Amino acid sequence: MSAFSAIGEEREIDRNEYTPDIEPQPTWCPGCGDFGVLKSLKGALPEVGRTPEETLLVTGIGCSGKLNSYLDSYGFHTIHGRSLPVARAAKLANPDVEVIAAGGDGDGYGIGGNHFMHTARENHDMTYIVFNNEIFGLTKGQTSPTSPKGHKSKTQPHGSAKTPIRPLSLSLTSGASFVARTAAVNPNQAQRILKEAMEHDGFAHVDFLTQCPTWNKDAKQYVPYTDINESDDYDFDPTNRADAQELMRETEDKLYEGEVLTGVYYRDDERPSYQQEKQNIGEMPDEPLAERYFDDDYEWERSYDSFIDKHK
Amino acid sequence: MSDELIWRIAGGSGDGIASTSQNFAKALMRSGLHVFTHRHYPSRIRGGHTYVEVRASADPVKSRGDGYNFLLALGDSFARNPQEDAYYGNEEVKPLSENLDELREGGVIVYDSGLLDPSEIPDFEERVEENDWHVYDMDLRSLAREQGREVMRNTAGVGVTCAITGIPLEAIEELMRDAMPEKILEPNLEIMQTAYDLVNEEYDVDAPDVSVPTGDHDEEQVLMSGSDAIAYGAIDEGCRFIAGYPMTPWTEVFTIMSQNLPELGGISEQVEDEIAAAALAIGASHMGVKAMSGSSGGGFALMGEPLGLAEMTETPLVLIEAMRAGPSTGMPTKPEQADLEHVLYTSQGDSQRVVLAPGTVAEAYDASRRAFQLAYEYQIPTMIIYDQKLSGELTNVPASHFDREPNADIGMTLTEEELAEQPHTGDGKFHRFQHDGEDGVSPRSVPGQKGGRFLATGNEHNPAGHISEDPDNRVAQMDRRQRKLDAIRTDLDDDGLLVEHGPSDADYGILTFGSQQGTVEEAVDRLNENGTSVKALTVGELAPYPEEAVRAFLDSVEETLVVEMNASAQFRGLTQKELGTHGEQLSSLLKYNGNPFEPREIVEGFTTNVVEDGELPGNETKFVPAAGD
Ligand SMILES: Cc1ncc(C[n+]2csc(CCOP(=O)(O)OP(=O)(O)O)c2C)c(N)n1
Ligand code: SF4
Repeated sequence: MSAFSAIGEEREIDRNEYTPDIEPQPTWCPGCGDFGVLKSLKGALPEVGRTPEETLLVTGIGCSGKLNSYLDSYGFHTIHGRSLPVARAAKLANPDVEVIAAGGDGDGYGIGGNHFMHTARENHDMTYIVFNNEIFGLTKGQTSPTSPKGHKSKTQPHGSAKTPIRPLSLSLTSGASFVARTAAVNPNQAQRILKEAMEHDGFAHVDFLTQCPTWNKDAKQYVPYTDINESDDYDFDPTNRADAQELMRETEDKLYEGEVLTGVYYRDDERPSYQQEKQNIGEMPDEPLAERYFDDDYEWERSYDSFIDKHK
Repeated sequence: MSDELIWRIAGGSGDGIASTSQNFAKALMRSGLHVFTHRHYPSRIRGGHTYVEVRASADPVKSRGDGYNFLLALGDSFARNPQEDAYYGNEEVKPLSENLDELREGGVIVYDSGLLDPSEIPDFEERVEENDWHVYDMDLRSLAREQGREVMRNTAGVGVTCAITGIPLEAIEELMRDAMPEKILEPNLEIMQTAYDLVNEEYDVDAPDVSVPTGDHDEEQVLMSGSDAIAYGAIDEGCRFIAGYPMTPWTEVFTIMSQNLPELGGISEQVEDEIAAAALAIGASHMGVKAMSGSSGGGFALMGEPLGLAEMTETPLVLIEAMRAGPSTGMPTKPEQADLEHVLYTSQGDSQRVVLAPGTVAEAYDASRRAFQLAYEYQIPTMIIYDQKLSGELTNVPASHFDREPNADIGMTLTEEELAEQPHTGDGKFHRFQHDGEDGVSPRSVPGQKGGRFLATGNEHNPAGHISEDPDNRVAQMDRRQRKLDAIRTDLDDDGLLVEHGPSDADYGILTFGSQQGTVEEAVDRLNENGTSVKALTVGELAPYPEEAVRAFLDSVEETLVVEMNASAQFRGLTQKELGTHGEQLSSLLKYNGNPFEPREIVEGFTTNVVEDGELPGNETKFVPAAGD
């Protein structure tokens, strides 16, 4: 029997199973977009058929990072910007666990930008949700990598001189095999996209537009927005890289003008995940590595038998 | 005639000095000798002055020797033109000129006259005469060219060495057969024989100028470096996940692991930086896998934050810190022991961590295994601190030392049946961080297990893992985490990482840590032979510090010299801090010029400064007298 009997259990899952029934209740500010992420994730997980005990949610630091205090599963609240490397290894160690990483735009595109680029490039099989509120929330309203040019904050009193980062384009060029944008104001679309992201076999990046009414009063509430997968105005194939690229460029130019396009921009279901690539070259065990430590019958190899002759 | 051979092969980086010397050392080991190598190389890929010394003796050798007695100067095929010598100096003759100072009286010089011209070295002839050196000029380059390829100058040089010292060629041949593909084996064997014969034709070597002792081992030996030993210790302890980013000299452990893990069903990841590397190790360990990472000074600096995360979330983690000379990128290929405080204190908050410092290759294996046991039993980050010296030097160790049972136990991790019996919150969240637990350990669960759901967080948290700033909970959690260190201290007491050497009733003491162990012990033997009564203690556990054992040692002698490779006496500082006393009894002998101590420097430093209250000449080492508490 597997040491992890929570994995692959087939049963009806109630979304309330993900709600911790004791303190803490969410301490996000009233009206915060983060509630929308929580809600749609709670909706999507049962649809994917994943129970709290076979799910690992790895977060960074920020208001967003508190997500796993409010979503009851296995959780790892790491350090600022470092959710991805922790999550990557967790998935390599036990690919049967559903691994989701999450954090803010400062966390993911700022301090953790390097990890973002590399996780996308390697195409690790996981879902990465970035709460994009165009601001640093938890440290009280400083300019973030997605804040619009000219945005004034206490640390940039004359307005930001920097062009905001382009998360979708960055993700695509880095190599993510699933790139989507959704918004907290539409939990139904968000739930659908998160479900697709989790079901996707590869790195699924969801730029999740969340409003921060406390520090980013100017921020558009991302309404009205257009769902590019549904709208007749966009004759668009998400498996076409060039189309995706063009549409991303357009969106990222217009986001700050109030025209918000959401949906799945790009997906490549052919590209093997990193785990698969590693397995193909013989650098990844067939069975989850984690299982082996619970298998009393496993014969552990010794260096003496394998390598000592080289040194004699 | 000397009872030991210390053979130095010199040339340019990239000329095959390392592999040739390794084979030579192995041949000597196989012939029954004890061997020890010392490697000197610049931070350059090709060219620049490099050498490896192979010391061989019938008696155990623990250190590089004092000077050496056989020079094989090969010539640096990548040397720059002497016209451009403003920066690099006259590199063309460096393999010869740079090595003369330490060559002992009566020693042998073999130089490649095809590449080296001694007339460019001022006073060469005079020095040869003065020191009674035996010089063999051999055109190894032409020889190698005629037979095939110029790179085989090395092999020609080994043939010459065998002819002069009386080492039978068969010993080397056997190794070459093991190590080389057929195609290059034949020309190599041929060239070695030709060079060997040439010496016998041109010189009278009936009575060798420097001969090789004969020896015999009771049991089979292996030739290993500290990095090999650390990697094998990790493998035997069930480590199957490594993440890293290259940095000298940590790269050695990382490489050995990466080359071996896949065939053992393990995973190795070269990642974007050291923060990621440590974070990956944490992620894998969190899932119940034995994992490691590591780096050298600058890379380890980046690991400060993940290190703290492992402490706070009580995720087992093993990190290796392979020290080199700093600050910053310092001297990439030179050893130093100056990252001690960095490793002890890096990361924020009150720290709970274990730091082990093996002193020998055999201990490196033991420490590596021990590091994993402690990390997983106590759910605490455990670091191995060692240095460029121990990482690269090769020595023989009885093969049986490595012949041990594997152990893949992941410590206090519950099964699902056990989890069912544990306290849970109302909604079934497992109390992962219980306050009780006498030795501070609260058993853990692993994602995917039924009934084990919990939150790991770098914020302070309550027993179920929820973030909490409750003062009583804070104190209880902090106290529990601190309790681990007392339990570990007791556990470590008979671990063999505290090594005493010399007469137990000695008048004086030498205290040291890490890679200086062997050199100090040789110096202690010599001091005793010369009539100074002294013993040494090498401390292999730096955190938690073995305060009682060190106190007992210091109390048993009049005065103690602390020997370490750094400029600020960090180990002496640690000892004084931990003991709170003994300042008036502790003086320091420091070396930080990029080269490890030689035994004679310790003998001299000890005699001049401690015994005679004099002052050391020269600026290789520095003496810092005792100060009050
Ligand atoms: C290394 C480090 N630097 C800075 C901080 C302080 N810090 C905490 S959250 C945060 C920014 C959060 O912004 P974002 O990631 O956008 O998340 P949000 O709070 O908006 O959800 C910062 C700078 C930290 N915890 N660690
Ligand atoms: S500060 Fe902003 S991001 Fe943070 S909880 Fe409040 S509204 Fe949400």
